Formats: sequence, structure tokens, C-alpha cells
Amino acid sequence: MAYPVLSTVIFLPVVGALILLLMGRRQELAIKWFSLIFTVLTFVVSLPLFLNFDKTRSDMQFVEVFEWIPAWNIKYYLGVDGISVLFVLLSALLGPLCVLISWHSIKDKIKEFYIALLLIEAAMIGVFSALDFFLFYVFWEAMLIPMYLIIGVWGGPRRIYSAIKFFLYTLAGSVLMLVGIIVLYFNGGHTFDILSLMSQKFPYKLQLILFWAFFAAFAVKVPMWPVHTWLPDAHTEAPTAGSVILAGILIKMGAYGFLRFSLPLFPDATKAMAPVMLTLSIIAIIYGGLICLVQSDLKRLIAYSSVSHMGFVTLGIFALNQQGLEGGILQMINHGIVTGALFLLVGVIYDRSHSREISHYGGVATVLPVYAGFFMVFTLASIGLPGLNGFIGEFLIILGGFKASRLAGALAATGIIIGAAYMLWLYQRVFFEEVNPHIKGYKDMDLREIITLAPLVVLVVWIGVYPNTFLSFMHESVKQLVIKLQ
Amino acid sequence: MDFSRDMALIKPELWLTGLAIIVLLLELIIKKKEVIAFLGIIAIAVTAFIVLNVAPGLAFKEMYISDGYSMFFKFIFFISSILTILLSMRYLRNENVHYGEYYSLLLFSVLGMSFMASSNDLILLYLGTELMALSIYVLTGFKRYDARSNEAALKYFLLGAFSSALLLYGISYIYLLTGTTNLREIAERLISESSEPVLMIALLFLASAFAFKIAAVPFHMWSPDVYEGAPTPITAFMSVGPKAAGFAVIGRVFIIALGSIAVDWKTVLMVLSVLTMIVGNVLAISQTNIKRMLAYSSIAHSGYALLGIIAGTPEGIRSTMLYLFIYAFMNIGAFAIVTILGREGELISDYEGLGKIEPLWAAIMLIFMFSLTGIPPTAGFVGKFYLFMSVINAGYTGLAILAVIMSAVSAYFYLRVVMLMYMKEPSRTISVSPNLPEALAVTITTGLVLLMGVSPYYFIEFAKVSMSL
Repeated sequence: MAYPVLSTVIFLPVVGALILLLMGRRQELAIKWFSLIFTVLTFVVSLPLFLNFDKTRSDMQFVEVFEWIPAWNIKYYLGVDGISVLFVLLSALLGPLCVLISWHSIKDKIKEFYIALLLIEAAMIGVFSALDFFLFYVFWEAMLIPMYLIIGVWGGPRRIYSAIKFFLYTLAGSVLMLVGIIVLYFNGGHTFDILSLMSQKFPYKLQLILFWAFFAAFAVKVPMWPVHTWLPDAHTEAPTAGSVILAGILIKMGAYGFLRFSLPLFPDATKAMAPVMLTLSIIAIIYGGLICLVQSDLKRLIAYSSVSHMGFVTLGIFALNQQGLEGGILQMINHGIVTGALFLLVGVIYDRSHSREISHYGGVATVLPVYAGFFMVFTLASIGLPGLNGFIGEFLIILGGFKASRLAGALAATGIIIGAAYMLWLYQRVFFEEVNPHIKGYKDMDLREIITLAPLVVLVVWIGVYPNTFLSFMHESVKQLVIKLQ
Repeated sequence: MDFSRDMALIKPELWLTGLAIIVLLLELIIKKKEVIAFLGIIAIAVTAFIVLNVAPGLAFKEMYISDGYSMFFKFIFFISSILTILLSMRYLRNENVHYGEYYSLLLFSVLGMSFMASSNDLILLYLGTELMALSIYVLTGFKRYDARSNEAALKYFLLGAFSSALLLYGISYIYLLTGTTNLREIAERLISESSEPVLMIALLFLASAFAFKIAAVPFHMWSPDVYEGAPTPITAFMSVGPKAAGFAVIGRVFIIALGSIAVDWKTVLMVLSVLTMIVGNVLAISQTNIKRMLAYSSIAHSGYALLGIIAGTPEGIRSTMLYLFIYAFMNIGAFAIVTILGREGELISDYEGLGKIEPLWAAIMLIFMFSLTGIPPTAGFVGKFYLFMSVINAGYTGLAILAVIMSAVSAYFYLRVVMLMYMKEPSRTISVSPNLPEALAVTITTGLVLLMGVSPYYFIEFAKVSMSL
């Protein structure tokens, strides 16, 4: 390892943002190219994480430790294991795609937009690689600022309401976690070191209180039912790149939080609370799916489908067995790719029509055949067609779910049927039927848009056909986690 | 007990007195008021330098104390007054009230605060408080042609006089019980007197008087009106300097003199803190004038800062000190932007579209708003984090939970400014042309808010060293 990979991946976008800050407001093309170069560069420097990751180990790799605030025993402590490494890679991959999709659709305050985009990328990667609670919390919260601006400044008509709702929901959850972190600090021997806290055993009562404190932050982010209501608003109003980040990474941070912190830190409380979590997950799956059936707004439909899909993820996690956990992690990646891609696709058509109403479309497959092809791939991936990535994740989760509770497994399987119903019906209404006069004369996808989506198609098929490339990353780490939960 | 040693200890205050008088006199000769302002800054800088070189110790029959605690607070006063002077020049000229007394009054109020921070005796404490307050009453009404400024000054004066009376009343009760005004002796004699009803009355009077100084609910009524009417740089100063001075005396009087009835005053402060956090944050939501909004926000921040004193541990005191230090920069920074915008930035709705017209100033305001909310990576987060840490360690987890929820509430009104700046279209054109001192003040505050947010290490150590002297 020739360079500190994680720090480079985190701070390269920050450096990019600082340079953008100094660039002239009018050099729009230069700003765009510059952001693209920096995000691509970030992805390139993150590749050693993929290539040099030792899959036979369950401990942290690519570790970097420095003293930061010795007075409070706070360290700048980074590292990834099998659970987090894929998220770092996914964040780095989505960066350039977000720049590409925003190329023409963002016309106002271009400089600020790309600065916010770069900062958010840095903070996301920071969240997934921080091993010190203070550092983790700094990244976790710092991300709110650029995200709030992205939704509120460049979003749709109801952007201001959605932005503040997003901010207040997530902040209210996070601050309770902050109290939890501080309580943990004093009960765990005055340290914020996550690994050293994990090696301790806390009394059951404390575990239970802290479990709920952390739950407040993670459940809002996931989002679990009933604190999901910010998500449809935020997703719907955010500009395409914002929706992609929200769906692709941001809401994964909640589920990641459960995996990384709640399970290993509070194993007894987790086991005790697993039935509650499973119930909430099932409600999210079914309720989210049913809501999707009545949506008339494209983006809102996909947003609610996220609630349902994230229900699968939490179901897998709280099944608390190897299949469920691996399925949950893989499904997070899958959902990031597929829903991210669906939002990109909605962005593509929105750039042309400026309408999100399903009734505005019809017969799109006739006018934009390439576009219809791409949309088909991701629709099928979303409903879990065998051979594509969604199938693997959902299969593992339902397998794990059955082991934990037969009823949960059965109900989750019903959720898949609802998923197929709303996605296929959506596809039918938008792409088949008679050509809607509104959409006549629209251009099919151009090269830039194809380049944006092509890597995601590759991933969808890759994970669907040979998931082991990715599952092998997490085997050891998940195994350790399951042992800890026994 | 020799006189020269005593004089050596109060050298900073002596110098400041002399320099303030010189500034007052030179004002008669020098017509260019910017020179007076510059001399004011020099006077503070000289005093600050002397403070650094004064040995710790007690002087004048233990009336005056020089220690790390007082030094730390004095630096908050010095920094806030220098920043205020930097912000004042153009503002006063635009308002047509650029007179030299302004600067000497400011110096005298700093002198009063220095005595407050260094007082080890209730009488000196009272004198310092009065010197500070009288100077600030005048400064509040400095826009003599503006009815609002006059109203504010009168209101502040009347209510301030009332609180001074409460303070004196409290002091007299303490004297009745102990026969002394020296803090250390009070502590010694009170050990046997715990929970006497008269002592409770004294405690309530003292707490009310101090609560008035830090604008804690229910003694906050004056602050929105006064903040709104006063010249903006003075509002900035008031929200930081005198408030910190109030905390300095609260810390010393309650922890040292009334240490034996800590349970009682902790209860009182807890009630104050809870009310202050709730009322300050909730009422800030509905404000339309930015100075009133920042006034309520300043009330709320007093509530947070009280947490460290309620914790009562050395760590708690340190966290309050560090918080006030950080607060000085972020709050004066926010007021700096308000000052720079001048008449163009009185109402919150004036900030509509500022992100488009003045991207630089809007971005800086954004940093201060997020810092006041307590979002990392800004200094405001570090300050709150430390407070929460100390109060949780002292066992008041419930209080910490209330405080974090209230910070989430505060996000709403701070973010409203951000929302207006970035998410609304500008409804008019304004031209903002800050002069060099203003730009300097903004640079210093922004720089430190970000620096303390990213690497707070040295500042925590500074607070630590100050407490252990």
C-alpha cells in the first residue's frame, strides 16, 4: 500500500471542493469537467480497496490512526472490514455518475452545486470508514449540510418544505444518538474507539437504553416505518443527483449503523428487540409496497419502493443469522445500484419533459427504445428476477427470515409479489400503451447518459450471475458478527 | 500584604483604566475617529499582554484574585471588544453617531467585566457589575436620534437597576448570615448554616440578579428589545462580553462561596436552564427581525452554557468556559454579517437571495448559522459536545437529552436564514461594501469557528490549563 487509501478517498473530493471554491463562477464547463475528473480520480484511488482487500480476515484493514483530540481520547481512526468496504466503493462509484447526470440538468449556481456534491461524497465515505465515534458523528452530521442545500436549492417545487423536513427528522434522530455515544464513552472506559468498545460487554439495561438511542438515529435514516415520511418528500423534490445519493448511499447509512454499532455493541438488547424490528420491517415492506400501487408520481413511487426495499434490508439484518445478514448487506448494495439507476433514469426523462406524472407518459418504448431497454433491466432487477442482482439479495434475506420466523419470511415473500405488481404496472403505463402526444419528438438517450448508466447495468448482471465476488468480501466479517450474537 | 505587590497584581486593570481615560481625552483633540478606534484596540492589546504576564495570586485583602479562570474570561472580553471595535467604525459613521466616547465607554465596560471575573469579594463584584452595566446602558442608547435605541437604553437601564438592587439585596442577606463579603470566608462560615431559609432567600436574589445578566428565562424580557434597539456592534458585544462576565461570577460565587448548598443552587440553575433553553429556542422561531431572532438564540445559548455550571465539576466549568469562548466567535461573526448589511439586513426576509447577490457573505453567514445550530465540522458542535459530555458525566442525562432536542428545534430558525439566502430569489439588489476592519473581523471569526471545529485540541488544552492554575 503506497498511500493511505481511505484518507485519500475522503479528502480528494474535499480538495476538489476547495479548488472549485477558488474558480470563477462563469467557467461553468471547467467546473463540470473539474468535478468529473476529481470524482473519477477518487474512484480510481479507491480501487485498491477492491483489489488488495484480504478476504480471509475479519478484522479492520487499511487502518489509519492518529491522535486528534487527546484531551478527550479522540482519534482520527479509519479502517474498513468486509461490511463497510463495499459501501466505500459504491460511494466512490456513484460520485462520477452524479456529476454526469447533472451535466445539463443543473443550470443555476453550478459552482455551489458541485462543491456540495464533492463534500457530500467525502462525508459519506467518511461515515463508512470511521472507527472512532466522534469522527463518525462528525461525518454523519456534516453530511446534512450539503444534502440540505442540494434538496433545497436545486430541488423541485416543494423543495424548501422537503429540505427542512429532511434536516429536522435526521437531526432529531442523530442528537439522541449523540447522547448515546457520550453515555457509551463514560461507561466504556472513556474512549470513543469503536473497536475497543465492541470488545466490552455492557449491562443489559444499559444496552437496552443505548439500543433505542441509536435506533432513533438509524431508524430515521433507513427509514423504518413509522419515521419514513421525510423520505418520499426528500426523494421526490431532490434533483436527480440528490435522489441518487439519498437512495444510493444516505439511507444505507442507517442500516449500516445497525450492522456496525447496534448489533455488536448491544448484542443482548438486539436479540431481545429483534421481534420488534422484524415487525417494523414487515410493516415497511407491505405498507411501502401498497403505497407504491397508488402513486401517480414517478419519483414518489420509486421513493416509496425504497421504504419497502429497506424493509427487506432491516429484515435481513435482524434475522441475525449468516444468510440474513449477508443478504441484507448485499441488498443494500443492490438497492443502491438499482434504485440509484432508476432515479437516474427518471432524471433522464425529466430533463426532457419536466414532468414526473405517470399520466404524462405512455408509449415511451416506441419513442425512446434504448431508454426503455435500460429501464427494463433495472425494473426487473428491482423485482428480483433471477439472474439479476435483486434476486440474490432478496433470496438470502427470505432464507434468513424463515430461519428467524416463518411468519416473517412468508410475509416478506408477499412483499416481493407486491413489488412485482407496482413495478410492472408502472412499466406498462409509462412504456407501453399508446404514445402520449406529450412525449413525441423526444430524443433517445445520448452517449453521456449511456455512459452514466452502463456501469450499473454491468454491476446488476455481475452480482446476479456471480454474487460471490461481492459476498466473499463479507463472509468472514459477518461470521464474526454472528458468533458475537450467539 | 505589601501595597506594591497588590498593585502589581491589578496592573492590567490599572493600565486599562489609564488607557481608557487617555482615549477619552484624546477624543477632544483628534478629529478622525478611526484613530480613536485604533487606539482603543491598542489599549486592549496592551492590557491583554499585561494580563499574560501577571502572576496568579490574591490582592487587597483577598478582594481581588488573579488566576487562570479570570484570565480566560478576560480574554473572552478582550477578543469580543476588539471584534466589536472593528465592526463599529463604518456602522457608526453610517448612522451619523461616530463619537469618540463610544470607544472609551467600551473600554470602561471591559474594565468592569475584568473586575467581575477577578472579584473574590461580593463588593468588588458589585462594583465591577455596575461599571460594566452603566457603560453599556449608554452604549445601547448611542444612536441618540433613533427612538428605538433610546427606548432600549431606558428599558435596559430601568430593568438593570432593578437587577442591581436584587444583587445588593442578596449580598446583604449573605452578609447578615456570615458577617463577611469575602467569597472564601463565606464558604467557610456557611458550612454550618446549610439550608437556612434566609440563605435560600439570598440564593434566590443572587440567582435572579445573575440570571438577568445572562438573560436567562424568566429574566430575559429585556434582551430582545434591547438587542433590537442597540447599535448592532453593541448588540454583538452585549450578547457575548457581559454574558460571559455574568457566567464568570456565577461560576465563582456559586461554586466557591455557596459550595455547601450546591444541591439547592443546582436545582435553581436547572430550572433556569430548562426554561431558558425551551423559551429561547421556541420564541426564536417566530421572529421576523434578525436581531430579535439572534437575541432569542442568545437566550437559548445561555441555557446551554448553564449546563456546565450545573454539572459543577471542574470539567463542567471548563466546558462552559470553552463554550463561551466559541460562542464569542460564532455569535459576533453572525452579528458581523448583520452589521455589514446594515439597514439592508434588519429583517430576516432581507436575506432572501443573498446567496445570489453576495455569495461570499452568504456562505459565511451559512457557516455561522450551522455553527450556532451545533453541526460539525464547526466550533459550535465542539462546544456543545463538551457541555453534553460534562453534564452527562455528572449524571444529568435527562438535561442533556432536553438540550439536544432543543438544538434540533433551533435548527429550524437558523436554517430559515440559510433557506432564505439560498433557496429564494433575490427581491432587490443591494450593494455590500465592507471596509477593511469589518473584513478583518469576519475573517478572524470565520477562521476560528472553522479551526476550532476541525482541530479543537489546543483550545481545550487552553481551557484546561486555565482551570488548573
